[in-house]
Amino acid sequence: MSIKNLDTVKHATGTPDVEQPWVELGLKADEYARIREILGRRPTGAELAMYSVMWSEHCSYKSSKVHLKQFGEKKPAVGTPGTDAMLVGIGENAGVVDVGQGYAVTFKIESHNHPSYIEPYQGAATGIGGIVRDILAMGARPVAVMDPLRFGAPDHPDTRRVLPGIVAGIGGYGNCLGLPNIGGEVVFDSCYQGNPLVNALCVGVMKHEDIHLAQASGAGNKVILYGARTGGDGIGGVSVLASETFADGGPTKRPAVQVGDPFQEKLLIECTLEIFKEKLVLGIQDLGGAGLSCATSELASAGSGGMHIELDTVPLRDATLSPEEILMSESQERMCAIVEPGKVDRFLEICEKWDVIATVIGEVTDGERLEIFWHGEQIVDVPPRSVAHDGPTYQRPFARPSWQDALQADAPTAERLKRPASGDELRAAVLQLVGSPNQADKSWITSQYDRYVLGNTVLATPEDSGMVRIDEDTNLGVAIATDGNGRFAKLDPYTGAQLALAEAYRNVAATGAKPLAVSDCLNFGSPEDPDVMWQFAEATRGLADACQILGTPVTGGNVSLYNQTGDVAIHPTPVVAVLGVIDDVNRRTPIGFAEEGQLVYLLGDTADELGGSAWSQVAHDHLGGLPPKLDLERERLLGEILIAASRDGMIDAAHDLSDGGLIQAVTESSLRGGQGVRLVVPADLDPFVFLFSESAGRAIVSVPRSEELRFTEMCGVRGLPATRIGVVDGDTVEVQGQFTLSLAELRDAHTGVIESLLG
Amino acid sequence: MTARIGVVTFPGSLDDRDAQRAVRLAGAEPVALWHRDKDLHQVDAVVLPGGFSYGDYLRCGAISRFSPVMDTIIEQAKAGLPVLGICNGFQVLCESHLLPGALTRNDSLHFVCRDQKLRIENAQTAWTSSYEQGQEITVPLKNGEGRFVADERTLDALEAEGRVVARYLDVNPNGSYRDIAGISNAAGNVVGLMPHPEHAVEPLTGPGTEGLAFFTSILKQLVSA
Repeated sequence: MSIKNLDTVKHATGTPDVEQPWVELGLKADEYARIREILGRRPTGAELAMYSVMWSEHCSYKSSKVHLKQFGEKKPAVGTPGTDAMLVGIGENAGVVDVGQGYAVTFKIESHNHPSYIEPYQGAATGIGGIVRDILAMGARPVAVMDPLRFGAPDHPDTRRVLPGIVAGIGGYGNCLGLPNIGGEVVFDSCYQGNPLVNALCVGVMKHEDIHLAQASGAGNKVILYGARTGGDGIGGVSVLASETFADGGPTKRPAVQVGDPFQEKLLIECTLEIFKEKLVLGIQDLGGAGLSCATSELASAGSGGMHIELDTVPLRDATLSPEEILMSESQERMCAIVEPGKVDRFLEICEKWDVIATVIGEVTDGERLEIFWHGEQIVDVPPRSVAHDGPTYQRPFARPSWQDALQADAPTAERLKRPASGDELRAAVLQLVGSPNQADKSWITSQYDRYVLGNTVLATPEDSGMVRIDEDTNLGVAIATDGNGRFAKLDPYTGAQLALAEAYRNVAATGAKPLAVSDCLNFGSPEDPDVMWQFAEATRGLADACQILGTPVTGGNVSLYNQTGDVAIHPTPVVAVLGVIDDVNRRTPIGFAEEGQLVYLLGDTADELGGSAWSQVAHDHLGGLPPKLDLERERLLGEILIAASRDGMIDAAHDLSDGGLIQAVTESSLRGGQGVRLVVPADLDPFVFLFSESAGRAIVSVPRSEELRFTEMCGVRGLPATRIGVVDGDTVEVQGQFTLSLAELRDAHTGVIESLLG
Repeated sequence: MTARIGVVTFPGSLDDRDAQRAVRLAGAEPVALWHRDKDLHQVDAVVLPGGFSYGDYLRCGAISRFSPVMDTIIEQAKAGLPVLGICNGFQVLCESHLLPGALTRNDSLHFVCRDQKLRIENAQTAWTSSYEQGQEITVPLKNGEGRFVADERTLDALEAEGRVVARYLDVNPNGSYRDIAGISNAAGNVVGLMPHPEHAVEPLTGPGTEGLAFFTSILKQLVSA
């Protein structure tokens, strides 16, 4: 862009009536008016670009923040382990939790839904890249990733385009980065056909004293941009792509998708960790959504003083980029650091060692403005807070959908949906369930991810949670599980969100780790639809209430709205990640039944709860009724029992019960450990309900005979129902009096399903 | 004094710290070597670890092969320095012409990570002498470009000279010719292996500990030498 046509601050002041492209940039009329009010003049082109991306739904949480406040307001009381462990809460790049022995763990889950539909490989790849930089920016070494994924119908032709691309992108980026992928989810439902959900989680580890924050302070300190050169990719990614509904027949938004280079990111990680080690930075921020607009305004807003930037010093991949494009570009693998002048040389030296380009692009000032210059001409002069933190807030209207009552009334009772009754019918129903795409083995996908790199993976998919060792001498470790159930949330968003939390909590406890904290990724349709907004309000309220009771505070996360094509929104899909800590990873509990003769106990109560169940979907393609009831005190008690039993060596295997119910869990535990089971249906239960109900607050465990008395006494004293339902034995799963299935038959049904559909 | 075993870090190396851990667990002293440094710091043997050096740009291992540290390693390997290349390290050894053949895209066209059964076909090399001839072991395998290919004459020569060090059992995970998982040079001091023995050195974090013997083998040879 020639300097002559530059829209400087001076020029903007003198030309108040110039038409500006605020509509194309995704701004609303009142938002544009407010920008003019803040500045007391029309914005320059560069200022308009910055406000448009930073005030987008994706960056400003303008529709969601009135509801998200509850996570802070309902934070569990001081004295609960999760709250006491919280070192950094919501608002930073990621929350940080104290896990003992001087270690702090940071973790966060984010969405990359819209770009992954447009361009599956790069969309999913850069989703990993972005969350990894968030964790790195906190001062931590990233140690593992996880990917909860949701796709449309497995036999739909577009799923064949989307799924392999997304899986290859996650593998291509994560494997090359050297981070083990230790878990996640793969769910198919036609509601995600036009809006697949690609959520990505990263966890990182540091010592307490290594925590870094995104703030710029101290006049004269330098602003250093380092990492990849800035290109024209991802312009408008957060605004025109992630903050709008897909319209049928609209132009493709592919240019708004970023392109990733995992090799560059690996260098950035090692380089940054070396810089941290020498204590060379005062504040640091990664460049993700909204690029330099976000990094400069957030750093300046969170610190003291202002900031002066020479935008023409930014290293470019394409010399023809305009200042607006440079400010909006979401080119990947870039970081921005605040460094004292005396440490700049050493900083640049370390970057050179790792072949990372680093440039001083400006400095912290003692003023109060963020000022950006282009070849000496001022093109931005704004209060940084107005860009980064004072975006619009909407009280979107919401109302319980008119169809909600009818949906809940359509319960899957035995009268409405035919249930298998005879042994043969039950047997066939089991094979159909465990071989359905949602319940089938996912190793065709997960075997495309490296789960071994770094050498600290103790548990990975298909275990209940991923677990990594963080200290090789003391064997301290952390466990993480992510869960969500859009079907439950559609039936009742309040309870559905709580069930997602309860499942992740249970999964962490089932492996022997103590749940501490939560990160959430809230995937919903358009906030402009009152039905969707009601779902969002209910889900956040439910999640905040449940986190308070379980004592696991929300430390951060992400909201993804506009997951909608035309009028059709996805199921409300809150995905919840729970982080737990385990003092000795040698004490972990796997899911596999491995020891013949051990006793199988069912913990918790089973009721006739099939609403939203996997069985109702697989057998009848039905969604109606209410989701399972939830007793959070019971969940906590179950968790305590599972942790104590693991610590004291009373159980050798544990598996939570969730979608698919008991028979799904038994199948997985048997196939994983290579041992069959003989099961007896408890006298008070109908065999179908026993096998397929999805009542919450339950797990199965295998108990060595020598530990049976101790274990049942513990359950009895604590008041947790524990029912002996069978014994680990042979190479069949036998439900006495009903049917027998060989492990070979179950394996045939359960494996090979995904590759036959998509391979 | 114990043996010093160097582990090279190229830009994009990923399993370098894992290889160092394996060296340590075997009882030797791991020494970090940097790609830009020609000096091998008096190490007694070298491991080229797995990863995506230089992002696999151009071809896997093609750029690393020209790094300063490789100049020294190539020269000393020809003089007998024991070198183990794992995964990307194997690719670097082929690109360096210390080993014949090449590693190409898996026949499935997908990256694959699995616990892989192998048979040790030659327990005489510097890196396999702690195994029994014909011993079956399980170690992780993880690669996108692990399909070993060579012309028929080379393959016949490798077989005839006992230079096939390990072969895939049960499943050939990547379409390697003659199920070859690892080979050695004629002298047996340079070994390239596609699977990852450094991920099978602790029961806690791998499928077992059957990979450790690669590292105890070299230690045994160095200490007795």
